[in-house]
Amino acid sequence: MAKLKDLEAYREEIEQCVKCGACRAHCPVFGAERREGRVARGKIALSQAVLDGEIDFDAKVMEDLSQCLLCGSCGAGCPNKVPTEEIVAAARRRIAQEKGLSTFGKGVAAVIGRPKLMNALAKTGGKLSNLLFKKLPENSGLRLRFPVPYLESGRTLPPFTDKPFRERCPDRIEGEAGKPTVAFFTGCGINYMYPAVGEAFLKALKFLGITVIIPKDQACCGLPAVAAGAGSTVETLAEQNFAALTREPVDFILTACASCNAGLVKVYGDMEGECAELGPKTRDIFVFLLEQGLAEKLAELPRAAVRKVVTYHDPCHLRTQGITQEPRAVLKALPQVEYVEMENAGTCCGLGGTYSVYHYENSKKIGALKAGNIETSGAELVATDCPGCIMQLQDSINHAGGKQRAVHILELLNEALPD
Amino acid sequence: MIEARIVRILTGILGKEHVSTEKADLLCYSYDATQQKFLPDVVVHPATAAEISLIMKMANSEKIPVFPRGAGSGFSGGSLPTKGGIVLVTERMNRILEIDSENLVATVEPGVVTEQFQLVVEKLGLFYPPDPASLKFSTLGGNVAECAGGPRCVKYGVTKDFIIGLEIVTPQGDIITTGGPTMKGVVGYDLTKLICGSEGTLGIITRIIIKLLPLPEAKQTMLVMFASIDGAAQAVSAIIGNKIIPTTLEFMDGRTIDCVRKATNLEVPEAARALLIIEVDGDREFLAKQVEKIAAVIQPLGVVETRIAKTPAESEALWQIRRSVSASLRKVNPDKFNEDICVPRSKVPEMIRKVDAISEKYGIPIVNFGHAGDGNIHVNVMIDKKIPGEAEKAEKAIEEVFKGALTLGGTMSGEHGVGIAKAPYIPLEITPKAADYMKAIKQALDPNNILNPGKIFLDN
Repeated sequence: MAKLKDLEAYREEIEQCVKCGACRAHCPVFGAERREGRVARGKIALSQAVLDGEIDFDAKVMEDLSQCLLCGSCGAGCPNKVPTEEIVAAARRRIAQEKGLSTFGKGVAAVIGRPKLMNALAKTGGKLSNLLFKKLPENSGLRLRFPVPYLESGRTLPPFTDKPFRERCPDRIEGEAGKPTVAFFTGCGINYMYPAVGEAFLKALKFLGITVIIPKDQACCGLPAVAAGAGSTVETLAEQNFAALTREPVDFILTACASCNAGLVKVYGDMEGECAELGPKTRDIFVFLLEQGLAEKLAELPRAAVRKVVTYHDPCHLRTQGITQEPRAVLKALPQVEYVEMENAGTCCGLGGTYSVYHYENSKKIGALKAGNIETSGAELVATDCPGCIMQLQDSINHAGGKQRAVHILELLNEALPD
Repeated sequence: MIEARIVRILTGILGKEHVSTEKADLLCYSYDATQQKFLPDVVVHPATAAEISLIMKMANSEKIPVFPRGAGSGFSGGSLPTKGGIVLVTERMNRILEIDSENLVATVEPGVVTEQFQLVVEKLGLFYPPDPASLKFSTLGGNVAECAGGPRCVKYGVTKDFIIGLEIVTPQGDIITTGGPTMKGVVGYDLTKLICGSEGTLGIITRIIIKLLPLPEAKQTMLVMFASIDGAAQAVSAIIGNKIIPTTLEFMDGRTIDCVRKATNLEVPEAARALLIIEVDGDREFLAKQVEKIAAVIQPLGVVETRIAKTPAESEALWQIRRSVSASLRKVNPDKFNEDICVPRSKVPEMIRKVDAISEKYGIPIVNFGHAGDGNIHVNVMIDKKIPGEAEKAEKAIEEVFKGALTLGGTMSGEHGVGIAKAPYIPLEITPKAADYMKAIKQALDPNNILNPGKIFLDN
């Protein structure tokens, strides 16, 4: 049985926080609010006080604990590597146990916990968005403004697809003998909002002769449920994904979404039970592609005379795992790309999954900093490795009145590779 | 518990959202890096000197203690609300008010984060050298209050050497200015220097006038490993004796190297029992010659290996050895007492030997690293508090370390300050007569002892 750790099980990690304050330099939420309850050190102190019976989960404690993107920047920058995002997630689970899930949390758990319902909702969304936006040009920012319950108007969202990616693609694409066999964990972003990224993924692996299996009964990785404190939903999803991803033997499980990668590697990896086995098998797509010699193959292609100026945004869920060079290496190797580094490429875009739904104003403040850095870099495209970040980056750029477009690196790779 | 009436007054001054008596907020402002905890009664977030003035006038007449706080990253408990009362957080006052490139002067509010200020002035080709290890998150107000140091102090001096004027709110609620934006100024007592390092006991800093330097064109980093601590110490003397003042001269002793070697995969040869990270800055063409000269001067002193960085990335790789110390220490023991004694730089090897003897006497690992260029040694006493008797042994060991430093003509704090952590040891270093004069200053400015009481000097 998959089992997530209880808050009490983190006592040792909590006690490793020496309250030095280093997390203040890394926390995007603290950057926007500058209150101690908003930074990792404060949340650790509150979690410790709860465990010690010094305070209950009162409204203020719950508000402070809700003000975390779970981006992991604090832990990565912490001298003692205190895993605050895991501790906050465990605290939220404890809150859900004691007080019940929030209405929104219940919604999240209900939708992502039931893939069929999610499919139906996404398809309806897709039909609606087609209806709403069919008269607008594809590159219009307005095309992306899509009012959704719980989401404030004015937010940019990609139109949902009426045919999810996993319904469009085969179960298996045979590659060359002697090359690895991989399972593609698509994640919800690619499946419902960015199917073109999924197509690009398959094209890249075909180019390298890799055999790909796309298990159709895979579910959401569960990260939104982690954020909402819906522990049992996460555990159920982990088991479902374990079954789907281990039905056929594969060498690796690949992700093209930073959050899914963190879900499989870190969340499942820390679980009790067999689901933890998925962690070590999971690779980010660009780590894998470089291992398979993509850079060398790209070097054989002629460099384009006119190139697009592209910068890279580090998704937190890859950066905090130390995956920063591989996506850049692929971008730099693309024949049609002129790469520029932007300032603070490694700071969070402000999405934080459900955080941006609960705390959209703060999310926008954090995103505005990113939009400014993209503008200053002079890039026309900001590429990244996470559908969630793409959505937030485009929203932030649109709010700032920028002209840039946010894309997945795979989309650019898709352009570069021969058909 | 603070009276509801007082909270209403504070709310009247600051508005509801900047005053809190919520338990969660009291907990969040109850600690600093000393790992001690004292709950305040109320937390306030003022935005102006005028608001602070009103708060202090009220607190003074009601005799409520006020504890000013920047980032709360101090190692000596300087900002802890040891007597309840009001924690006054300066973080909303975080504007850089002026950068005068012509006169090399800047004016800032106290809540500006040190590194953010450095980055802004560096874009203009200017330089603010003080670089405490906490610079990415500590505030300039806190740095001034504690007179923060850092690796670059060997060449450039500490925080107070760059502060030429202040605006403060006195414990009685007056707003006064000290010094000003001129390079010279000898009218009256130098209250600026008095406030720098006064640990928030004499006034609340609301504005800081900072002297800047031109940004050095380049810097170069070298890492030199020695067969003994004596070799490293002699190297420091030899470099300075040859009229070269590096920007930084950081050292790590053999035990620290062992920790890093065990905890990381950084390559440090077994023969290295001490190392120096030497950085020089200035004109580009001048640097290569300086590095060459340093390497030649120290070569006969038991050098095991010298690594010279050619690029910023290589320089960062060399610093990585120093940066990995903190995390690697935890593998020795979970709890750390980080003291920051300072001795004349020629006495560093003698001090290390004394610390080693103390470590052996009490059977507690003590790891030393720090700023060799100015004799400032971070003595890290590593224990496991869960083992009965360990904390008491550590306390005794620390007292002996302080005494050892004082017998060598040193001081028990080079850059962390006294706060509450070192208050019991003050009589070791400051004579009763000198302490009386200091207390007289405090009495004159704060007759009701409401501003950060119980810090530096014990109450009785």
